[in-house]
Amino acid sequence: MTTTNPTEPLGQPTTSVGWTPGFDDAPRRSLLPRPSGSDSVFKSVAVTAGATTVGIMLAVGLFLSLRASSALQVSGFSFLVEQQWSPETQVFGIASILFGTITIALIAMCVAVPLALGTALLISEIAQGQLRKTLITLVDLMAAVPSVVFGLWGVFFLQANVIPVASWISTYFGWIPFFQVTDASGQVLTEASAFTSSAVIAGIVVGLMVVPTQTSVMREAFSQAPNGEREAAFALGSTRWGMVRSVVLPFGRGGIIGGTMLGLGRALGETIAVYMIISPIFTINWQVLKTGSNSVSALIALRYGESSEFGLSALMAAGLVLFLITLMVNYTASSIVARSRSGADSEA
Amino acid sequence: MLTDTLTPRTAPTRTTTIIPASEGIEIGPRRRVRAVRLDDRFDLIGAAVAGIAVGTLLFGWFTPLSGGVGWTIVSFILFITFYAVLVGMKADREEIKDRVVSVLLASAGVVLFGALIFVVAYTLVRGQNALPHLNFFIENMELAGPLDPLSVGGILHAVLGTLIQISIALTITIPLGILTALFLNEIGGRFAKFVRTVADAMTALPSIVAGLFVYSAIIVLITHQRSGFAAAMAITVMMLPIVIRASDIVLRLVAGNLREAAYALGATRWRTVWHIVLPTARPGLATAVILGTARGIGETSPVLLTSGVTAMTNLNPFSGPMISLPLQVFDFVKSPEPNMIARGFGTAAVLILLVLALFAAARLIGGRGPGELSHGQQRRMLAASARDEQRITIAADRRLLLTSAPASDADPVSDLPAAPDRPALPKEESSS
Repeated sequence: MTTTNPTEPLGQPTTSVGWTPGFDDAPRRSLLPRPSGSDSVFKSVAVTAGATTVGIMLAVGLFLSLRASSALQVSGFSFLVEQQWSPETQVFGIASILFGTITIALIAMCVAVPLALGTALLISEIAQGQLRKTLITLVDLMAAVPSVVFGLWGVFFLQANVIPVASWISTYFGWIPFFQVTDASGQVLTEASAFTSSAVIAGIVVGLMVVPTQTSVMREAFSQAPNGEREAAFALGSTRWGMVRSVVLPFGRGGIIGGTMLGLGRALGETIAVYMIISPIFTINWQVLKTGSNSVSALIALRYGESSEFGLSALMAAGLVLFLITLMVNYTASSIVARSRSGADSEA
Repeated sequence: MLTDTLTPRTAPTRTTTIIPASEGIEIGPRRRVRAVRLDDRFDLIGAAVAGIAVGTLLFGWFTPLSGGVGWTIVSFILFITFYAVLVGMKADREEIKDRVVSVLLASAGVVLFGALIFVVAYTLVRGQNALPHLNFFIENMELAGPLDPLSVGGILHAVLGTLIQISIALTITIPLGILTALFLNEIGGRFAKFVRTVADAMTALPSIVAGLFVYSAIIVLITHQRSGFAAAMAITVMMLPIVIRASDIVLRLVAGNLREAAYALGATRWRTVWHIVLPTARPGLATAVILGTARGIGETSPVLLTSGVTAMTNLNPFSGPMISLPLQVFDFVKSPEPNMIARGFGTAAVLILLVLALFAAARLIGGRGPGELSHGQQRRMLAASARDEQRITIAADRRLLLTSAPASDADPVSDLPAAPDRPALPKEESSS
């Protein structure tokens, strides 16, 4: 056996058993990586591709920030608290728009999270074999259905069917401030037209659109719960739900939170379905069942065409705020998901 | 097959496995561990019937409730209650919880997939009015006004626009996306980490903001008109992160020992990528691209800002507005005319069918993980390795004979097994 002290320089032979004299005369092959021609071309092309991607992204970010800054300089802090949107008169802010965006996203979460959680558990714990594969395919397919189709469905089918329910809720649960539907003077409204184009309808449609994203993240997290622990729970006499509650849900907690937030990020940025359903208003509307709401993306879709240079800059500022929020939500979500994947989050 | 050819040289010592006799041991009928008992089924059916009946009574006779959605919700709540009561008649609390939660989970699935199927079916059914007209597919809207019947006008211009825009987007996205993913996986380093972070951040970019960027950077500043090319750029910005992310995952799944084997054989990095990594990941990459395409085709909001609306067929992506399918849907249903709305649903149906076709193609190509072989591929590989095995064995035999021949004093040439004379493995046997 040749024993080589790693600290010694490689060129010096050490006296040991098996050493054959004469071999040290041969020129030593360099062990340093020396890229061949094709390799260096490949490397530089790949690096260029990566740099281009980064370049596009930075261009978007920088361009948005630069163009937004001229509007932000004019409005200053009032951009965040002003409800009106009229850049022509220099009075504009995103308070009501941001409020609408977040309302719709939260309603979407109320619809989406139970559905996604239930479906993810159904796929990972109850469905077996071929059924499971089919369900996974269907979830993926749902993610690919264009949002304009969901919008169509929301406008032409869902709206008419939600109005009676909304009216019923506002009649019997009107004492909860959210569910109240009143006009400006406080008069309770009951006619159907007061319930059209509301944040709730938009929220339901957006909720259905983000379910697939959430389901697939959650399902993946649940399927990683270790079998040993599952079987241990069963061996201790637990029912299937007992096992799910004590093993699968704690292991999948990161997936649940992360998936929910990824869906939230998509819900915040959703445009066309919201634009088709809501009727835009520029006041903060706490009554989610009542006609009228707004969202940043719907505002951009509504106003970009008629905007002047400055108006465009104001829209850019609104878009930038939306982007920063979705970026923050997505980043938090993916870091939570990544941490739970590595197992650092599971203490069981 | 393999052992047959090896036995003459290795001659293993044979050991016999003793199977204990099964006589005298009573084997009862196999217990079904996960069977659904008959009364479980009756619980479910009974509770469902009772829930629907009471719900109908409440809505039709006893209380002034109305509306299909309300009826469904009330009946469902009643169904769950009755089911809990029925199960509770012979089970303890834990089992009641288990049963009720199972039913709730199943209903979540039913609601979700019901909604999916309903959304798709609703669009297809409402699209029925427009779809049977052949002119819907071969004419454009140039000569058709809002009041014209469905036998005039069509969406050929939108179909062509979608195809042109998605082709331009794909020509940029596929090379750039896959090369970036290769960079992230095969080269790595600190910059790659940064690129991955940026690509992840890019997935958070709301589609309307991407559209606004292209609108104000390309249209307002440079071209001063909306065009198919600008729309394709907006779609590219949206599709690129999706393709990068999906290809990144696929490439990461390529087994490391395949790469190491290539390097150990002296392959350069590029040869490893070209001959090992990319072929192994090909189905997955195809799936990534097709799913990205499906998403890109359905994007409405960036196109809304960038492509412009037109009723005419425009094949030049660099000048003049060029409409695409999702935008055409949006434009049709803005009109209050029933015929325009019917056209909108027809266009949406075409769009959905296109997405479904892409999705089916993705499933067909990429249903398997990287390195996982189809049935035919597996058989071909087995046949190839059988041939290799034969070739190697013959070479070894010859060498063995040549070295042992002088010692045994036999004629080396006559003993040499000529390759074709050997009881060769039939080449096509395993592949047929």
